[in-house]
Amino acid sequence: MDCNNILVRLSFCSKASRLKLMRSVIKDAADIVGLNNEQADEVVLAVNEACMNVIQHSYLMNPDGQIEVEIAADEQALLFRIRDYAPAVDSASCCSRDLDEVRPGGLGVHFIQTLMDECGFLAQPEGGGNLFQMKKYIRQ
Amino acid sequence: MHFPVQEKQGFSVIALSGDVDMNHSPHARKAILSCLKKMQHVMVDLSSVDYIDSSGVASLVEGFQYARSNNLEFGLLSVSDTAMSILKLARLDKVFQIYPSLEARLENAR
Repeated sequence: MDCNNILVRLSFCSKASRLKLMRSVIKDAADIVGLNNEQADEVVLAVNEACMNVIQHSYLMNPDGQIEVEIAADEQALLFRIRDYAPAVDSASCCSRDLDEVRPGGLGVHFIQTLMDECGFLAQPEGGGNLFQMKKYIRQ
Repeated sequence: MHFPVQEKQGFSVIALSGDVDMNHSPHARKAILSCLKKMQHVMVDLSSVDYIDSSGVASLVEGFQYARSNNLEFGLLSVSDTAMSILKLARLDKVFQIYPSLEARLENAR
């Protein structure tokens, strides 16, 4: 996708209080590309979980980190890229857990993998940090 | 954010509302565990929850675990459609005791 497909770029600090604002933008983006309400709720939750992971696991709850969310779309899909500037995470550690084990935590990756059609870390971007990408196909 | 607690029929009924997200779930967790640590049975009313994420769900799971370990009752009341869809996604809709109302829970015990 080139820059003509970019709907919006967000940049915010790694504070939990910023997530509500981010979610409202994601919801509007989903509406713009024609996702139905259920699909829109799914992408909002998935992007929220990805940003929570950045706050919790990349920045270790330090509120001074920077998070960038880029939303792009073409006729087939909605694409989300979440960038941080924290030390590189071990992508192998970001896997879904067995849900038969009832315990708090570890649900976010399951939500993302279930709700999105594709997801994963991209190569480390210039300047360091992590770049996580998620794709949701647009189904009419 | 403050989540109100009411004593009703032998239960502490905690009403969560709005966005139970990473910003507010610590308050929900605190309210739930505070009641349980006083050895009170807890019902969490989710009728006014507009949004809940994995951190909010985790606060419920933590309450569920604490209650189970201490022979206390822990259940959910009037779960909003939004919250129910997330509980189903987490496959917790069959784990929690879920009632349409406190009256339904009391009726269930008869």
